[in-house]
Amino acid sequence: MRIALRVWRQRDREDAGRFVSYQADDVNPDMSFLEMIDVVNERLIGQGEEPIAFDHDCREGICGSCSMVINGRPHGPHQGTTTCQLHLRSFADGDTIIVEPFRARGFPVVRDLVVDRSAFDRIVEAGGYVSVSTGNAPDANAIPIAKPVAERAMDAAQCIGCGACVAACPNASAMLFTAAKVSHLGLLPQGQPERDRRVLAMVRRMDLEGFGGCTNFGECTAACPKEIGQWTIARMNGDFLAASIRDLEEMNLRDEPG
Amino acid sequence: MGSVAMDLKARIPSGPLEQKWDRHKFELKLVNPTNKRKYTVIVVGSGLAGASAAASLGELGYQVKCYCFQDSPRRAHSIAAQGGINAAKNYQNDGDSVFRLFYDTIKGGDFRAREANVYRLAQISVDIIDQCVAQGVPFAREYGGVLANRSFGGAQVSRTFYARGQTGQQLLLGAYSALERQIAAGTVAMFPRTEMLDLVVVDGRATGIVVRDLVTGAIATHCADAVVLATGGYGNVFYLSTNAKGSNVTATYRAYKRGAAFGNPCYTQIHPTCIPVSGDYQSKLTLMSESLRNDGRVWVPKSARDRRVPGAIPESERDYYLERKYPSFGNLCPRDIASRAAKEVCDEGRGVGETGLGVYLDFADAIKRSGEATIRERYGNLFDMYQRITGENPYQLPMRIFPAVHYTMGGLWVDYNLMSTIPGLFVLGEANFSDHGANRLGASALMQGLADGYFVIPYTLGNYLAGLKPGINSPDAPEARAAERETVARIERLLSGRGTGTVDSFHRELGRIMWDDCGMARSADGLKKALGLIPELRDRFWHEVKVPGAGEGLNQSLEKAGRVADFLEFGELMCQDALHREESCGGHFRVEHQTPDGEAKRDDDRYCYVAAWEYRGEGAPARLHREPLAFENVKLTTRSYK
Ligand SMILES: Cc1cc2nc3c(=O)[nH]c(=O)nc-3n(C[C@H](O)[C@H](O)[C@H](O)COP(=O)(O)OP(=O)(O)OC[C@H]3O[C@@H](n4cnc5c(N)ncnc54)[C@H](O)[C@@H]3O)c2cc1C
Ligand code: FES
Repeated sequence: MRIALRVWRQRDREDAGRFVSYQADDVNPDMSFLEMIDVVNERLIGQGEEPIAFDHDCREGICGSCSMVINGRPHGPHQGTTTCQLHLRSFADGDTIIVEPFRARGFPVVRDLVVDRSAFDRIVEAGGYVSVSTGNAPDANAIPIAKPVAERAMDAAQCIGCGACVAACPNASAMLFTAAKVSHLGLLPQGQPERDRRVLAMVRRMDLEGFGGCTNFGECTAACPKEIGQWTIARMNGDFLAASIRDLEEMNLRDEPG
Repeated sequence: MGSVAMDLKARIPSGPLEQKWDRHKFELKLVNPTNKRKYTVIVVGSGLAGASAAASLGELGYQVKCYCFQDSPRRAHSIAAQGGINAAKNYQNDGDSVFRLFYDTIKGGDFRAREANVYRLAQISVDIIDQCVAQGVPFAREYGGVLANRSFGGAQVSRTFYARGQTGQQLLLGAYSALERQIAAGTVAMFPRTEMLDLVVVDGRATGIVVRDLVTGAIATHCADAVVLATGGYGNVFYLSTNAKGSNVTATYRAYKRGAAFGNPCYTQIHPTCIPVSGDYQSKLTLMSESLRNDGRVWVPKSARDRRVPGAIPESERDYYLERKYPSFGNLCPRDIASRAAKEVCDEGRGVGETGLGVYLDFADAIKRSGEATIRERYGNLFDMYQRITGENPYQLPMRIFPAVHYTMGGLWVDYNLMSTIPGLFVLGEANFSDHGANRLGASALMQGLADGYFVIPYTLGNYLAGLKPGINSPDAPEARAAERETVARIERLLSGRGTGTVDSFHRELGRIMWDDCGMARSADGLKKALGLIPELRDRFWHEVKVPGAGEGLNQSLEKAGRVADFLEFGELMCQDALHREESCGGHFRVEHQTPDGEAKRDDDRYCYVAAWEYRGEGAPARLHREPLAFENVKLTTRSYK
């Protein structure tokens, strides 16, 4: 099959960037989308041109590296699929496909389709953990956790941190990413002692990183390759409110003259 | 025998097997708590081994610098592990114990691993699960709220803990969160998108690394009081493997060139259940978790070149060859055995699919027995992945699978303290050679990576540092300057090529040589042929490769070129090791050494040792050193799964 590509090329953060057209001839339906880009890149290199830069590693839909907007949708047309898991059988011979980087204020472009998602690491750094140093743990079966609770936590924990939620959101909000982590730990008994502190710190960091607010479009869940649900956002909002109130009360207590 | 210059002392503590580690921990020197922050430790790698090490060392108070080439530590290749992690918890009361896990691992490795290391691994396994659960890793649970287990990879007890088909992801996210916590605490400085390109050795000790910032292209030398490599395996020397695209040998190979012995480089694991290759453009292979063999039955048609669709082949004309050949283990026999059996039936012309390089993994009986809903609950995400890649529905058609390169048991040689032959250079996880002998059991790599990082290095590193004055290593040392200059020159050389060959085209060619002659079946003739072809290919690479772009800025072709250049040297070392080992053991199958019914034939009289190779300069053949393996607690037997 033959595919026409319009790919975003941008030298670095400062460069304005532009679309460039490429022709992918002789590709076949069993190829993955990234393998098609490989083929185009091999040809470009042969011609002495610089290949299209893009992030990828596992090519199995789990590392969260790949990050392209394909025909206006992060990770392309399918529900619950990453770019690396998308195959050309999903397109028709002769199609023109537009490929862009994930665009958001929180994700500056590094080059071509590669963006800087380190803001996500900083959100986790703000509190996305249980403070238990190595060696401090009780026996693993000491805390029973009901199966449905464990499953629910796992539903949220599946997030691969790719950033499609941000790229899909009209406000470039990072709510789904943050809510997934907050919900995963907030559902489990291990996460309770730091529950308030975690949600407050992570949400604060998220705002500082320049991500927009959530206005409940739901585009994030639609684009999420792991189909993380809107329930996580509702849950985080509840947690945030409760934690804020408790935080205020504590401040008031502290401020009371002794 | 080897020269005396190389110190191959394994430093296995004396005393009974069960007490070695506890006694050793007591005997190891400690660094005074207030002094710890004066020591800087470099950890290269943020997979299970690296992230757990960096976090644990940070918690102890050391100043840690951690590196990975991905944009985030959370994306290390460990993220892709599906099936599970072993631990001798014996929660199922089904006869498991530390000794049984130890024994299974030693036997599974075909008696080519160190007893003391493996025993320690089995002991530590139980602490790993506790630690991970405390971090919030959402392992699968039973309705009563306790942890669930499954049997995995040929084990006859249920000792594998799992989180759906995403165990590696959840374990790594646990280690990553611990790492981020230390980054917040200021004990760990993280350097993502930064690649180690050389090791700095001053006065025989590891003192730092030369790195390239992959975004700016800047080359710099970072110094520390000790260097820990946790850089993963080298399966991508075969080009096609189940490893992530970026996995490479550069860090360990560069350390080898600086004097670290390389242990058993030829020990490679070929995994039996991967999606077959579909065309020349193929960029990687996808693993279908081994857990599928719990319910799937492996078969091929009885007669060669039977082109009928699977449903049209009656029961009587199917050969369930694993059940036939290995009645007591059947579809659950170990990986090396299952892979070889698949190759055998395909060599006989009985393979399925368009290329004839595939066998069926059939769930029809399991679906009939347990219902589609149950199978979906167990393997839903794997079935979906299979369908996405192949376009076929495995609920209706049997899966087609074929063996693929998956894991490398070989790695830098380390002693009991996980220190290489270069003092101050420690090696953890898949990057070292230590615990799996000639074949790794399923769900044991995650266990080893986390054992090394959470529970071994925090003790053994202190013992090394306790004798050292902190903070004396400088990037201005002549050796550091020289290493940096050499790195710059090498990059210039890669960029100056006038040819038209792409890096990937050379990598593919190397992969074909390695797969044909150093893959599932190896022969002296084939290996000698490969040893002729690889230097030729390497020579062509340096003359004909085209690496576009510049050294400054993000240049993914340049990153690949450096890694492939190292693979092109390393492949030769693998073949040399495979050629010298005149026996079959585990994943290393020499066609000259097999029993009449085609099983691997070990030679314990001549080859019961670790082969540790010493680099001796450009063009000179590597020198072999031997670490004899002593088995005091288990009897060497012929592995039988019949
Ligand atoms: C598809 C798949 C499924 C698997 N499933 C299982 C399973 O179910 N159970 C099991 O036990 N094992 C499994 N394994 C094996 C297991 O996942 C790996 O052996 C293990 O995760 C390796 O961990 P590691 O920490 O040693 O290395 P990795 O996770 O590979 O991490 C390597 C790190 O080193 C960094 N690095 C490498 N080179 C450099 C350099 N030059 N400079 C800077 N940084 C560098 C990388 O960025 C990365 O952070 C599986 C493997 C695969 C491929
Ligand atoms: S490359 Fe890993 S998720 Fe796509």
